Amino acid sequence: MELLNLFITAVFIENLALSFFLGMCTFLAISKKIETAIGLGIAVVVVQSLTVPLNNLINHYLLAEGALAWAGLPDVDLSFLGFLSFIGLIAAAVQVLEMFLDRYVPALYNALGIFLPLITVNCAILGGTLFMVERDYTFAESVVYGVGSGLGWALAIVLMAAVREKLKYADIPAGLQGLGSAFMTAGLMALGFMAFSGLKL
Amino acid sequence: MSEIKKTLTQPIVANNPIILQVLGICSALAVTSKLSTALTMAIALTLVTAFSNLFISLIREHIPGSIRIIIQMTIISTLVIVVDQFLKAFAFEISRELSVFVGLIITNCIVMGRAEAYAMSHPPVASFWDGIGNGLGYSAILLTVGFVRELLGSGTLFGYPVLLTVNDGGWYVPNGLLLLPPSAFFLIGLIIWAVRTGQPKQRETAEFRVRPAPQSEGV
Repeated sequence: MELLNLFITAVFIENLALSFFLGMCTFLAISKKIETAIGLGIAVVVVQSLTVPLNNLINHYLLAEGALAWAGLPDVDLSFLGFLSFIGLIAAAVQVLEMFLDRYVPALYNALGIFLPLITVNCAILGGTLFMVERDYTFAESVVYGVGSGLGWALAIVLMAAVREKLKYADIPAGLQGLGSAFMTAGLMALGFMAFSGLKL
Repeated sequence: MSEIKKTLTQPIVANNPIILQVLGICSALAVTSKLSTALTMAIALTLVTAFSNLFISLIREHIPGSIRIIIQMTIISTLVIVVDQFLKAFAFEISRELSVFVGLIITNCIVMGRAEAYAMSHPPVASFWDGIGNGLGYSAILLTVGFVRELLGSGTLFGYPVLLTVNDGGWYVPNGLLLLPPSAFFLIGLIIWAVRTGQPKQRETAEFRVRPAPQSEGV
């Protein structure tokens, strides 16, 4: 029940894209077509569900204060190395995933290929990990949070792409064309998602 | 000299990283509900961009092309660790309010974008100024949004009351919407609209034009 609640919170209430503005660069740049948005969304879900739990293990067994007790070093606090290790793990995970898909699931690789390198620098991925560290999630919670926050981001970008596909037929003032209207749309969507706040099972 | 001035001033309006290149919006919006956090973030990002450009440009000829992203990431995250530890030591309150967003400077597209697009092909000093310039362009937007949101949202600037709110016995009824995240989107959208109205070159063309109503020919 606890975990289900966390899942709902991660998908709707604390949606990474629409309430924390994470991954906005890709969110605005790749949301012109639904198909590409779905591809990117799936890639984010996969990478997010891998990296958040992995970073959780790194944090618990290597970096946090007293985490090295299993190696006989109970006084060592390496938490200042956090950013460097997390981003390193994310870059490595993306690289390994890319090679794995290329070798064993070529169809999926062709669909996701161009998006995978982009994901390393997607703030939503690192953001998910940093929230996990800040809130001190356990391993089980971090798995749920990783999947949930990835799904939430994917949901947001697919909805955004759907709106923008219709919007291109609209008569918009010249200066607001393109990026300007994308910002306004995202703002309205964020307002819509605020309706979920307070939702609890 | 004029060359430096150009790299320094161009990113502020004419080639602004946020509103034209669509970079670095990720962490920009969430920290702008107060001017103090916006200013801290702006300074931190400007310094990180400038120094990462400087260091990457210094070793640009020794970086093998295939692993350059990892090397850039390492340099950037090291700089961000320095900033983060500095904030934790000397400005703990602000560091707590910024929470994860200091760490997210690492994945801020401006830093990576400038390293990749400019520092990899230009000498160190020029790269340094390019970093400062782009940082200033980012700061300009951040501070404008922060100014409007804090002034109209809670009637204060840097925490000092400017418009006396009704709760404190004044006349100003604060606009709660501006404290909520979505308002940042609207403000940046409006800034983009204003800048592009002044600079027609930046406008995007519509994919579809509304066709003028056909002339009726005396049916």
